[in-house]
Amino acid sequence: MSKTKLVIAGNGMVGHQFLQSLADSGQLDNFEVTVFCEESRLAYDRVHLSAYFSGATAEDLAMGNTDLYRSWGLNVLTGETVTGIDRGYKSVTTDKGRELSYDKLVLATGSYPFVPPVPGHDRQQCLVYRTIDDLDAIAEAARKSRVGTVVGGGLLGLEAAKALTDLGLETHVVEFAPRLMAVQLDNGGGAMLRQKIEALGVSVHTQKNTQLIDDGEQCFHKMNFADGEVLETDLILFSAGIRPRDELARQSDLEVGERGGIVINNNCQTSDPSIYAIGECALWNGQIFGLVAPGNQMAKVAVSHLTGGSDSFTGADMSTKLKLMGVDVASIGDAHGQTPGARVYSFVDERAEVYKKLVVSEDGKLLLGAILVGDAEQYGTLLQYMLNGIHLPEYPDTLILPNRGDDKQTGLGVAALPETAQICSCHDVSKADVRMALDGGCCTLADVKGTTKAATGCGGCSALLTDLVNHELEEMGVEVNRDLCEHFPYTRQDLYNIIRIEEIRSFDELLEQHGRGHGCEICRPAVGSILASCWNDYILTEQNVSLQDTNDTFMANMQKDGTYSVVPRVAGGEITADKLIVLGQVAKKYNLYSKITGGQRVDLFGARLEQLPDIWQELIEAGFETGHAYGKSLRTVKSCVGSTWCRFGVDDSVGLAIDLENRYKGLRAPHKIKFAVSGCTRECAEAQSKDIGVIATEKGWNLYVCGNGGMKPRHGDLFATDLDRDTLIRYIDRILMFYIKTADRLQRTSVWMENMEGGLDYLRQVIINDSLSLGEELEQQMAHVVSTYQCEWKTTLESPQALKRFRHFVNSEAPDSNVVFVEERQQIRPATPQEKAEVEAEPIKLVS
Amino acid sequence: MTTTKHWTAVCSQNDLIADSGICALVADTQVALFYVKKQQAVFAIANHDPFSQANVLSRGLIGSKGDDLFVASPVYKQHFCLKTGRCLDDENTRIQAWPARIEQGQVEVLI
Repeated sequence: MSKTKLVIAGNGMVGHQFLQSLADSGQLDNFEVTVFCEESRLAYDRVHLSAYFSGATAEDLAMGNTDLYRSWGLNVLTGETVTGIDRGYKSVTTDKGRELSYDKLVLATGSYPFVPPVPGHDRQQCLVYRTIDDLDAIAEAARKSRVGTVVGGGLLGLEAAKALTDLGLETHVVEFAPRLMAVQLDNGGGAMLRQKIEALGVSVHTQKNTQLIDDGEQCFHKMNFADGEVLETDLILFSAGIRPRDELARQSDLEVGERGGIVINNNCQTSDPSIYAIGECALWNGQIFGLVAPGNQMAKVAVSHLTGGSDSFTGADMSTKLKLMGVDVASIGDAHGQTPGARVYSFVDERAEVYKKLVVSEDGKLLLGAILVGDAEQYGTLLQYMLNGIHLPEYPDTLILPNRGDDKQTGLGVAALPETAQICSCHDVSKADVRMALDGGCCTLADVKGTTKAATGCGGCSALLTDLVNHELEEMGVEVNRDLCEHFPYTRQDLYNIIRIEEIRSFDELLEQHGRGHGCEICRPAVGSILASCWNDYILTEQNVSLQDTNDTFMANMQKDGTYSVVPRVAGGEITADKLIVLGQVAKKYNLYSKITGGQRVDLFGARLEQLPDIWQELIEAGFETGHAYGKSLRTVKSCVGSTWCRFGVDDSVGLAIDLENRYKGLRAPHKIKFAVSGCTRECAEAQSKDIGVIATEKGWNLYVCGNGGMKPRHGDLFATDLDRDTLIRYIDRILMFYIKTADRLQRTSVWMENMEGGLDYLRQVIINDSLSLGEELEQQMAHVVSTYQCEWKTTLESPQALKRFRHFVNSEAPDSNVVFVEERQQIRPATPQEKAEVEAEPIKLVS
Repeated sequence: MTTTKHWTAVCSQNDLIADSGICALVADTQVALFYVKKQQAVFAIANHDPFSQANVLSRGLIGSKGDDLFVASPVYKQHFCLKTGRCLDDENTRIQAWPARIEQGQVEVLI
């Protein structure tokens, strides 16, 4: 059978979804696919476009990529636009003069931003906000600007406003309607959103009809409004709605709507059955769908129809939840209560700046719509009530009233959701899909996200997904109890807060007041770590010593034979010849196996318990400090040699690494923490695989967070760019303390980030914008830890009581006869059991 | 080998570390001694960890599981009952345990 020639015009988000669905269908082999992508870049995430100005790169936003498309066997032509269709010959022509015949054609041409035809709209520094090229132009224009104005206070307009504030401009929003987000919100919701956004420094001007843009006096432009007022601004961004890109359809006499849009049927076919249209260019039942989720549905329906399936498009729910400049906003269904007989419940808290509204059916049984501003936690639950027609509780207002402790939660349990309930609209994941993923072997939220892609789009459903996964796991008999252990009915985070707030200084005190039993190997070190993070007392005090793992107890790393390894701190990996010699002398004197670590230090193995104090006496005399290689704490700050020596270095990475290591040394955390600093983008220190990674730029330092090597490598997220040293340190202070406050026990920063609701954006809000008003507190907490640092080995050597433990036998000076070494490659190594049997009678030299 | 057991003094009460362990050499046997503060009780079990083949149990963390007091091996974290030497994770494994007491400031083991 010959292959169907399939041509796709457009490679935006929906165009990409079409290709993905086609690949998923397993029928790629039946098609010869050609994709035209007008932009020089393949599909990228336009929903999160504003992240481009808060650190994300074009690469971060990318969805399609050449290698992936090539592996699917697609012929992809970037920077080339379909400019004509000859339906008679079934061929398309392009702006590069190419002519290509098709059997089936898919139009995924998207939309363009509508620019009102105001005189002056085409002046310089008047831009739109849709593509990455637009963003580059905006960034360029912003460099010459102090004031920026967005025309349009809808969803996209507010996103654009966020972009302008991220670029450091004084930002204004000009809206024609009497309120912000007029489509999704009512007056109450719009007013609350306005209040919150103005508090963030954005000026909002509603009911403003721009009539002329001309030269300003203080700024580049002056906007003249119909009411006689004026606004001066250097930069104007138009975001006054979108218009479907239907010009190809018009030229080729396909049916288009009166106000634009290519008319499609339930199979997403246009008036020519060989031609499909999907996404924002398509008009279904008189409606354009300007959200990505319905576009994705259309893409799937078109693929289904092309491959003989029976899916059909029957409209889409336009409910939406988003975070605008850190403000939660959600709108569900019939938010304006236009259904005949609709009744409204509303709740306003002006102090907390929260507005909530429910629209219910006349009989009060069904939810028709809702608006949430300032607190959208109930979005998932409310959406499920509406989509699935689930009967409301007797008093529906309990769904939006604040839950003050003792009230029974009236939220909809996930158990009540039908199998078909859509959990994630971005990726169209149903409850049944989630259950299938769990049946298929997923056993954590992260697994389910990875397998189903649920909650990886806008993230609006992540709370609901979490509930569902926990519920299903419980049903399957999987323990999801979050208690730390049987001795404390609290999570690690709860215990951290209890210890902080009640100023608890010891495990016994905590156990007495909040726990039971004797503790265990889970809660003892976890509490020991929290106490150290909070108060930073010496870890071997009488009350702390029983909380420490053997590594912390003896401040060395236990190896398989019960001996220990010793790692002195070598801050930044910089070491003098004299100190190197001392390391060698100590290794030689105590016959220790020596190895260079990945963290640019030297690890000395094979030390017996009773040797540790002598070894450390010598090291400390030579100026070394403990390296905390044994602790759940800062390990090393790895660095490249930096601008001091390197021809390519742009800043002093070693100097910064040493300062960072000295600042955070001794900080105890839920798990170990690794840093690295690179002196240029060549990244020789591999900072992007560390918990905290710093890379020098021409203008300062880029900060990467939550990277990891090891078992599950994770590329660090670019958190902020071009920071000066003080800001960098302030951010790291806050991030580390926030990690210590909110992470689970033994959770590395990478997993912490993966599980964080709201992810990187949320962390930025907390750290950079101080959305929880925690910043100062976190900095003070860090300042306390930094100012109370002590070298634990130095303190120990000064304490006869602590030193008592450093012997194998309490009643004998003899060493442990079970420790036996043999020689390999001119160094010692532990003897194997067979070798031990052979040398049992005569152990090799034990050094006193 | 004699079957008669004696209460043998192994160290001073002051050598014990609250809610933690130390190791004593009794005849040729390594004995891990644990002092549980709440109960003011001392326990004696073998110091040898059968899973790692290292003499390290005295350096483990102690705790409770229901009513059982245990030490968790510092190497691979198996739990051993302080009273009986039973491994709580593997019913086929048991290490030696000896009665222990504090008499006139001395720690004594019946061995």
